[in-house]
Amino acid sequence: MLKIDSIKRGIVIDHIKANCGYRIFKELGLHKSDHRVALIRNVPSKKLGKKDLIKIENKIDLDLNILGIMDPGLTVNIVEGEEIKEKIKLSLPQKVNGIFECKNPRCVTTIENIENVEFILVDKEKKEYKCEYCDTKTSL
Amino acid sequence: MLKGRHLIEPRNFSLEELDELFSLAEKIIENQEDYLEVCKGKLLASLFYEPSTRTRFSFEAAMARLGGRVIGFSEANSSSVAKGESIGDTIRTVGCYADIAVMRHPKEGAPFLASKWSNIPLINAGDGGHQHPTQTLTDLLTIKILKKDLSNHTIGLCGDLKFGRTVHSLVKAMKRYSNIKFIFISPEELQIPDYIKDELEENQYYETISLDEAIDKLDILYMTRVQRERFFNEEDYLRLKDSYILNNDKLINAKKDLIIMHPLPRVNEIAVEVDEDSRAVYFQQAKFGMFVRMALIMKLLGVDKNA
Ligand SMILES: [Zn+2]
Repeated sequence: MLKIDSIKRGIVIDHIKANCGYRIFKELGLHKSDHRVALIRNVPSKKLGKKDLIKIENKIDLDLNILGIMDPGLTVNIVEGEEIKEKIKLSLPQKVNGIFECKNPRCVTTIENIENVEFILVDKEKKEYKCEYCDTKTSL
Repeated sequence: MLKGRHLIEPRNFSLEELDELFSLAEKIIENQEDYLEVCKGKLLASLFYEPSTRTRFSFEAAMARLGGRVIGFSEANSSSVAKGESIGDTIRTVGCYADIAVMRHPKEGAPFLASKWSNIPLINAGDGGHQHPTQTLTDLLTIKILKKDLSNHTIGLCGDLKFGRTVHSLVKAMKRYSNIKFIFISPEELQIPDYIKDELEENQYYETISLDEAIDKLDILYMTRVQRERFFNEEDYLRLKDSYILNNDKLINAKKDLIIMHPLPRVNEIAVEVDEDSRAVYFQQAKFGMFVRMALIMKLLGVDKNA
């Protein structure tokens, strides 16, 4: 099996459905990041059969909301001193700020400079959120 | 308590608060002379970022009949907006001069944005295709007064149900009352959106393309116009625009106590001959619109003794 060094301090994103790793990798901007990162694909998994994994060295802050929307089944491990310090089970956030942009051309957010527009979860199954201003639905 | 609150969408008010508002509107209708000076010394800012003469007149007449005064602009290019001022800055400045504000804006969500900054009560007078709560209040008051009750009705909505903001808002507002049934009458191209239907019980509505088929079942018929700009091509518009015109012939099988409503202005979706029918209430409806705005201004300003 492919061997990747274990990290001393950083983040391991586990239980990514096979083939979904690259999308998450990109959504988090890791393809442009200066951190030492690894995307490991098709790792055998008891729970999923096959899974993807992402390891990021020397980074411990991460937008968990984005991850939660992309896949609420993920586990995020925070590693410090070569040990898992914290295991975070993700969930679909009820509200998110600054992640989505409203797609409605008639929305006030297209003409006013508004930071961190809030989107509210309206459909858990479809992972749909609505713009707090115009109610237009959007998803990742 | 409605004093100091904003009205951005109909659901900002509970059913009890709506009842309170409608009771005041009814009192005003019965004793108009008692209210001639209740807003004396109060100032309403009328912020119309796009022209809407009808809505603006209704608010201005309402404030004038309460003894208050109005300042404002009736289109964006005559205001500081044209100089690029943000909505938040505009409403905060206006709040220094006026006691209450009304905003009409072409962008959806603009009044909600303004309400986040406003320290005076703000009323949404229409934001794009999104919300127009005082039209909904007008419709509800009309039904309450003319049908004596907001429950136990079959309501036919006819015309452009796809884009009709007024219709969407009315359906959402009426479904809060008990034993309400809807019949959606429209061409296939202009059917009511799924997200509105999703909020209704399955046995609470049905859809039809025929006004003739539905007319005898209705307690209330709400007509809307089919607008040219909703169509990609002229042919579709011309083919459909006349299919849903109400005239005396179509009313032959209608109930004796039907009421026919329309948000106005109409183009030709209701033939002029229908105006003579006592069931046609759309001009009365416009008048109720002014009275409900009077009640609303009083409640938000807290000048009603029971506000
Ligand atoms: Zn929006």
